[in-house]
Amino acid sequence: MTVVATTSSTTNKVLPHPLNAWYVAGWDHEVTRKPMSRRIANRPVALYRTEDGRAVALADACWHRLAPLSMGKTMEKDTIQCPYHGIIYNSAGRCVSMPAQETINPSATVPSFPVVERYRYVWIWMGDPTLADPDLVPDMHQMTSDEWAGDGLTIHAACNFQLVLDNLMDLTHEEFVHSSTIGQEELSESDFVTVREGNKVTVTRWMHNIDAPPFWLKNMRDKFPGFEGKVDRWQIINFEAPSTISIDVGVAKAGTGAPEGDRSQGVNGFVMNTITPETDRSSHYFWAFMRNYCLDSQLITTQLRDGVHGVFGEDEEMLMAQQAAIDANPDYEFYNLNIDSGGMWVRRILEAMLAAEGRLAASA
Amino acid sequence: MAATNIETWQSATVEQVVPVADGIARIVLIPSLPLKAEPGSHVDLMVEINGEQAKRSYSVVESNHDGTRLVISVMKAPLSRGGSIFMHSLVPGQRLEITQPLQNFPLRVGARRYILLAGGIGITAIANMAAVLKRLKADYTLVYVGRSRGAMAYLAELSDLHGERLEVHVDDEGSSLSVPALVGRADADTELYMCGPIRLMDAVRRTWVERELDLPNLRYETFGNSGWYDPEEFIVRVPKLNLEVTVPQGRSMLEALEDAGAEMMFDCRKGECGLCEVRITELSGAIDHRDVFYSERQQRQGTKMNCCVSRAVTSPTGSRTDAGAGPAVITIEPN
Repeated sequence: MTVVATTSSTTNKVLPHPLNAWYVAGWDHEVTRKPMSRRIANRPVALYRTEDGRAVALADACWHRLAPLSMGKTMEKDTIQCPYHGIIYNSAGRCVSMPAQETINPSATVPSFPVVERYRYVWIWMGDPTLADPDLVPDMHQMTSDEWAGDGLTIHAACNFQLVLDNLMDLTHEEFVHSSTIGQEELSESDFVTVREGNKVTVTRWMHNIDAPPFWLKNMRDKFPGFEGKVDRWQIINFEAPSTISIDVGVAKAGTGAPEGDRSQGVNGFVMNTITPETDRSSHYFWAFMRNYCLDSQLITTQLRDGVHGVFGEDEEMLMAQQAAIDANPDYEFYNLNIDSGGMWVRRILEAMLAAEGRLAASA
Repeated sequence: MAATNIETWQSATVEQVVPVADGIARIVLIPSLPLKAEPGSHVDLMVEINGEQAKRSYSVVESNHDGTRLVISVMKAPLSRGGSIFMHSLVPGQRLEITQPLQNFPLRVGARRYILLAGGIGITAIANMAAVLKRLKADYTLVYVGRSRGAMAYLAELSDLHGERLEVHVDDEGSSLSVPALVGRADADTELYMCGPIRLMDAVRRTWVERELDLPNLRYETFGNSGWYDPEEFIVRVPKLNLEVTVPQGRSMLEALEDAGAEMMFDCRKGECGLCEVRITELSGAIDHRDVFYSERQQRQGTKMNCCVSRAVTSPTGSRTDAGAGPAVITIEPN
């Protein structure tokens, strides 16, 4: 019998991350005149704002003796001063002042990373800067649209970023991990459709004429006080490479036409998720829950943010345990189920990106 | 992966050596550990001079997308230290020790306007930048200056690629560059990248400062191998170490002192860091400052020099017509 070797290892347990892509470096409000440090794609980055409010990302190590610039302070215009010997850099990472000499060493630069501010986030490009096209920032328009309201938080997930993507691409796990809030047995009983187009993957699942789980019943009653009865529930998972997943979720009064496009008798939310690799085994997981009803209720915004925070805490625990189990069982492989089709397309797309960067072989 | 200054040494095979201008050879290398060369990067490699190994830096003129082929170009400089003669003797199949591409001269993406200035063999550091800016549809002008067309490598290729964005100035055609006019075209949003003879770069730097343009927007790279004057043999005396050393034309003062057993402090060996500074206590002749560490004011004072690149010349004024007989003699205190 012949075994045909394939170049793909789509079930790679610890997938490297593409570098030629936009990742979220932080929430817009996190980046201030006081520099902060964040490790992104294995590199420490110093983030700050210039006097005129522009976000800047520099390698967080001074050219001279590698002291972290994030411990320094911002100076006039777009500059930052190293806390150790006072070397000052501008936002392009170029030294503008050097102690004890009348000139500036022409080699004195620190890498400066392209950034784009969009959808309440500061996005960063860690790879080849000549490819950093702002049009490639994944779509998260609900974050800043007048038609949507909501808020979110950051989870520090102690796992490879792909494990978070796997988690979000298959919501069957809600039935088991989130049984008290959004889980219900219809999740694993209902059919779903996976579609891949270019660098996007969509997984659509409808559950008809079911009881609303506690989280959704509360939301329905926010919009329709005193609501009772069956609902049609949907989850439409939209992945955009490298690591943004916006999930169109909601329920509507059963049989009022939601599957056909009339969602007026329901409540609709978008779970906005974007995952930034920190290291090969840890991730910054930025999420928000946006809704299109009761837009001016800060109470509902806070309730939803705190509620989802609790739900995602259950994921965080599982993901950390999964990564630990992966590391503790190096001789075991992943196997796949039919429910993994969305996650498998994501892996296929990421592998193509890694191959284009000549980095697929580096996978562990 | 991003630019690095960590030297990763590897072997490389010479694929091709062809002349591309008077005295300039294009050398194609196949590295064993390929890494894409970003614009502005260079490789260090080991040359052999009189049976001894020495390290030289050469800009990467072009590389393919995965860095499996690196192109450098070397001008044969008879008055230099001998590395270029070795490089011109290379034949296909020969192996060299080279580093992976190193980066001290990064091109920043996103400037409003660019002026790229290449003088002579300095085009090797600039050509790749121009190609990237062309691909990015950036607003750039490539200014290429040379003594004669025959001595200007890649002129036809650059003309094909850059069309009207290429501006050529040729001394022996009477179309020499006006530095004030060139710098006059720069504004606060312009970045100027240059590589060429130190006379040209000093002139641009002076005008840049006079025009009060932002110094960090003036980018340049020097390997410390050109001066205001041709190198001469000279004598260096170090009373503290009881040494008198002759510095030959093809050797640096630092190297000559090391050869004589002096333990010298140094780092970059290209006139940038200032660690090899020595104090001048006596001088017959003048100093040809080839560093970029001192300001013009400090260079004029003439009390210190960077011995890795700077030299003594006989002319007390530095002007060739005042050149005296016999070697210049300099007395120093080392650090």
